Amino acid sequence: MLAKEIERAGIPTVFVTSLPTIATMIGANRIVRGPAITHPFGLDEAERRRIVERALEMLETEVEPATVWELER
Amino acid sequence: MRAIHYLNQFFAGLGGEEAAETQPTRLDGAVGPGRGLAAALEEVEIVATLACGDDYFGEHEEKALAVLLDLLEAERPDVLIAGPAFGSGRYGYACARFSRMAAERFGIPALAAMHEENPGVGATDGKALVVPTGVNVAGMRDALPRMASLAEALASGRELGPPEEEGYLPRGFRRNRIDERPGAERAVDLLLAKLGGETRSEVASGFDRVEPPPPVTDLSQALVALVTEAGCVPQGNPDRLPTIRAQGWLRYSLAGEASLRSGEYESVHGGFDVTLANEDPNRLVPLDTVRALEGEGRLGRIHDAFYTTTGNGTPVAVSTRFGHEIAAELTASGVEAVLLSGT
Repeated sequence: MLAKEIERAGIPTVFVTSLPTIATMIGANRIVRGPAITHPFGLDEAERRRIVERALEMLETEVEPATVWELER
Repeated sequence: MRAIHYLNQFFAGLGGEEAAETQPTRLDGAVGPGRGLAAALEEVEIVATLACGDDYFGEHEEKALAVLLDLLEAERPDVLIAGPAFGSGRYGYACARFSRMAAERFGIPALAAMHEENPGVGATDGKALVVPTGVNVAGMRDALPRMASLAEALASGRELGPPEEEGYLPRGFRRNRIDERPGAERAVDLLLAKLGGETRSEVASGFDRVEPPPPVTDLSQALVALVTEAGCVPQGNPDRLPTIRAQGWLRYSLAGEASLRSGEYESVHGGFDVTLANEDPNRLVPLDTVRALEGEGRLGRIHDAFYTTTGNGTPVAVSTRFGHEIAAELTASGVEAVLLSGT
């Protein structure tokens, strides 16, 4: 709901979560599937950088509503 | 009991498109489709018909509503019935706005009848009932008895059952009730129905949608904020963020911080095992990585605070409020993009 409300205010928001189905159901638009519930931004710095880079790429991309990106393209 | 019926110029017999500029007017008794409605009503009498041209309403909404509401108030009805407008957008919108205002302003229960894809449906904002009809006037005969029975219910103050039983469109809220049969039995029924090819649900998913805002044009110049639903707070949870059913959100400064270090930050989220998160809180709020990207020029600037709450057992209305409030602060700070994490 946070993602949806912040996007409603016009600020592109990427939601990193390992539960993308729920995120699409409640109305998030830019979703990157994180590796796990306990560590959405990865375990080490290298993994985290890949996730953040993917998220930034999504912020730079025009998307359809409820778009989910996997980590590996 | 007394009802007022609202019609557009055409159904009130005042003329077609050439009369669409007709100003609000009052006619005695039931007119046009109101006669059929009156025949279907038992305890309720249509004492007067209010009519307005569709174009006049659309172009002078405030003036039209003010006059219509004055005329309505003078009649002191028990219910307002508007339409049916079928698929007509202007007419449906007028029915919806008028019935919504009647309910809001005077507490007069109101219903508006139209096709479920009529843009007027959204304009009632759940304040007036919407009775679904066919897309054109061929649906009149089917619509009038259903409108009549709901009008009787509204006028008498009878408590309404759920939309699918009473025949109105969902108004966008849920009402709790005790069912005689336990959840397990009902779930098995739904499962069997699904295996039989029919998917039913007791809970309609009624979430609205927001169009994705356009992408950020240049992240290397942008102010980017970090937000989390993962319950990340300074060690010791100084502001006592609840582990579940949070009633608010918190903002913590990131000024001068390069990383969320273990022992200085922790997660108090009650919905997952926080061991890995507490070993390295950057796993929830990736400050170390975004600081590096800021240094490399990939990102313009990191907003000097992060926003946090526990997204755990939070009712939709409450988390919507959080999002709304956080969005207002982000907007005021000139934030152009957000990285949000949830668990």
